[in-house]
Amino acid sequence: MRNVVALILAGGQGTRLGVLTERIAKPAVQFGGKYRLIDFTLSNCVNSGIYKVGVLTQYKPHLLNKHIGIGKPWDLDRKDGGVTILQPYFTEKEKVWFSGTADAVYQNIEFVDEYSPEYVVVLSGDHVYSMDYNELIDYHISKSSLATVACMEVPLSEANRFGIMVTDLENRIIEFQEKPSEPKSNLASLGIYVFQWNFIREILIEDAKNPESSHDFGKDIIPKIIQTKRVFAFPFEGYWKDVGTIYSYWEANLELTRPIPAFNLYDENWRIYTHSEEMPPAYISFDSKIKNTLISEGCEIYGNIENSVISQGVEIGKGTIVKNSVIMSKVKIGENCYIENAIVAENVIIGNSVKIGIGDFAENKLNKDIYNSEITVIGMDSIIEDNVTIGKNCVIGIDKVLPSNTKLDSGEFI
Amino acid sequence: MKVLGLILAGGKSERLGKLVYKRASAALPIAGKYRAIDFTLSNMVNSEIIKVGVLTQYNPRSLMDHLGSGKEWNLDRKKGGLFILQPYVGLDGQYWYKGTADAIFQNMTILRRGDEDYVLIGSGDHIYKMLYNDLYMFHFSKGADITLLTKELDETYNIKEYGTVVVDENMKINEFYEKVENPPSRRAFLGVYFINKHLLMELLYSTVPNGGNDLLLDVILPRINELKVYAYDFKGYWRNVKKGINEYYKINMEIIENREIRDELFFRNGKVFTKLKDFPPAKFGSTSNVENSIIADGCIISGTVKNSVLFRGVTVKAGAKIENSIIMQGSLIEEGAVVKNAIIDKDCVVREGQTLIGDFEPVVLEKRMII
Repeated sequence: MRNVVALILAGGQGTRLGVLTERIAKPAVQFGGKYRLIDFTLSNCVNSGIYKVGVLTQYKPHLLNKHIGIGKPWDLDRKDGGVTILQPYFTEKEKVWFSGTADAVYQNIEFVDEYSPEYVVVLSGDHVYSMDYNELIDYHISKSSLATVACMEVPLSEANRFGIMVTDLENRIIEFQEKPSEPKSNLASLGIYVFQWNFIREILIEDAKNPESSHDFGKDIIPKIIQTKRVFAFPFEGYWKDVGTIYSYWEANLELTRPIPAFNLYDENWRIYTHSEEMPPAYISFDSKIKNTLISEGCEIYGNIENSVISQGVEIGKGTIVKNSVIMSKVKIGENCYIENAIVAENVIIGNSVKIGIGDFAENKLNKDIYNSEITVIGMDSIIEDNVTIGKNCVIGIDKVLPSNTKLDSGEFI
Repeated sequence: MKVLGLILAGGKSERLGKLVYKRASAALPIAGKYRAIDFTLSNMVNSEIIKVGVLTQYNPRSLMDHLGSGKEWNLDRKKGGLFILQPYVGLDGQYWYKGTADAIFQNMTILRRGDEDYVLIGSGDHIYKMLYNDLYMFHFSKGADITLLTKELDETYNIKEYGTVVVDENMKINEFYEKVENPPSRRAFLGVYFINKHLLMELLYSTVPNGGNDLLLDVILPRINELKVYAYDFKGYWRNVKKGINEYYKINMEIIENREIRDELFFRNGKVFTKLKDFPPAKFGSTSNVENSIIADGCIISGTVKNSVLFRGVTVKAGAKIENSIIMQGSLIEEGAVVKNAIIDKDCVVREGQTLIGDFEPVVLEKRMII
């Protein structure tokens, strides 16, 4: 068995997810009915036989910490290795926060050194994909590489959102452009790296001394080492998604409900593990019609649902219609509601005869860059009382209360 | 106060037919994801009992596999935890348990060694949700030697299949009728005993070596007038899967039809814990038509499902029809197949266009059968 340590970067705020990450870190956002985003990366680790895992947290980590716990659902509660939560800490030098992805790893050199691994894989805690990291490491070894970056071809029009790599015939990276306005290729970095530990360790120590550096793998480390060292691109062919925006989050969820989805949750040889609450099977009533929908345990469904993802412990009342929506856990929806194109976050309570997502599209008045589609988002723990009407592209914050008969036009926020 | 939990899970039941060919009745799958023993085990754990012994005998493999280290019930502990008490071979020969009293007697060590003061004895076959704390309080307030869990049974229960008690105004038991026609009362004993541990040990030592092997008939009933035996009144939902295939089927259907029962069993007084399987959510396709049914995680449904229980990982293909049935984990119902009034055990396949239809008694398809 190869000696590998995985470091999962889970400190990101995910600002483009707006109200969904107002209370929790992006890796803790629910996805696919019963999962949270970090489950995919954690499951990839254990399915690849990597049982030494560090999770680097920073932004609002409480729910994430509770979710991971001692790693039991992933078989990461072990005597040797297992999962360790690595939080920013205070030292004599008074530095506390991780200032970039490379800095986050640099500050945890001691944690990795404990295992004296040959390889370190650096991963993101907020991507949806299945990858056998052994293939990545095998490739890395076969190329006698010092650092290998997993990558995927993306449409050229989207290349400006990614780190773009230019490679030679052998797949050696000869140029790296971080979010370029004029991309020279369409080979995008997936933020998944494997390094020779003793090599990257020195590089990180050096980089930490450089006041010019922003201490980021994509911006600083990779562009620097490709100049003199053997750094390769590993072409990944499979499903990979950074659900970084409201629209891509919504779309990736709804894709799971298609007859043959791009991402397969049902692969018995590649199970996605999660920490989920013990709940009974779902109950579907006489009056329900359900099409193209995922329904999790603990639900009591009396309404009609189409093209939606319903998480654990959700109640949907009689006469209610839910379409093209993502409903997170423990949401209660009353009777005779109409909900379309919505993301309803955890524990929201919706009364009777509430309408969400109706009317014409209007530009969002809170932040038109984050909320730029027809999707209305309702933040955690909010309460929407009876007969409320909410338009398209609206935002309701966390812990809000909308009193009965409130009318909110498209694009509005509370 | 510390309480030791003991669960009698060794019984076999002819009346469950094919469903228990390869499993103890306590391991019978029920309500979409559970096994019968989950209810009593969870009740004990929810009542803060941290040491539980499970007495097994008949075909315990699937039960053992289910219980594992007791992790799902938080019973993988340094202090207390889960103990599987199987019949064993000793220096003086081999002893199958000859009855409930004998089974506990042969495991006297677990009684002797622990520092518990009381023993709660339950059964792995009973479906109910209860916190035992009020029962303890009742026991102390009455100054009882033994408290039995009882319930006034309505007409949906065949009373002659239950032991019934006659109580005075203080709930002290004066008479006990074991499974008789037309008993004087409909207050039935539910198979749960609460007893001082040292008293239990004394009673067992004085009875079992003399050939009394049954805890109720040989140990308690002969002394019903000398001991202070009280009846605690349980008002909730209670059923016994061991009463036969029809009863087992009825319990599942009651759970579908009555939200009150679901709320009571699954959402009040703690959770029902069971072995985790890590299935993804159930998926309803564009041709699915599901009514009045219980659907567990991991199901993929493209056909019609009515008044049925689908356990984890069941696949129903387009055009298949399932009505009034119980389909256990991992079974596959192919295109156009028709299943009515049936119980399909784990990992079965009903091939394209086949039919499986039961009548008054549901038809049972044995584990791993293909038709």
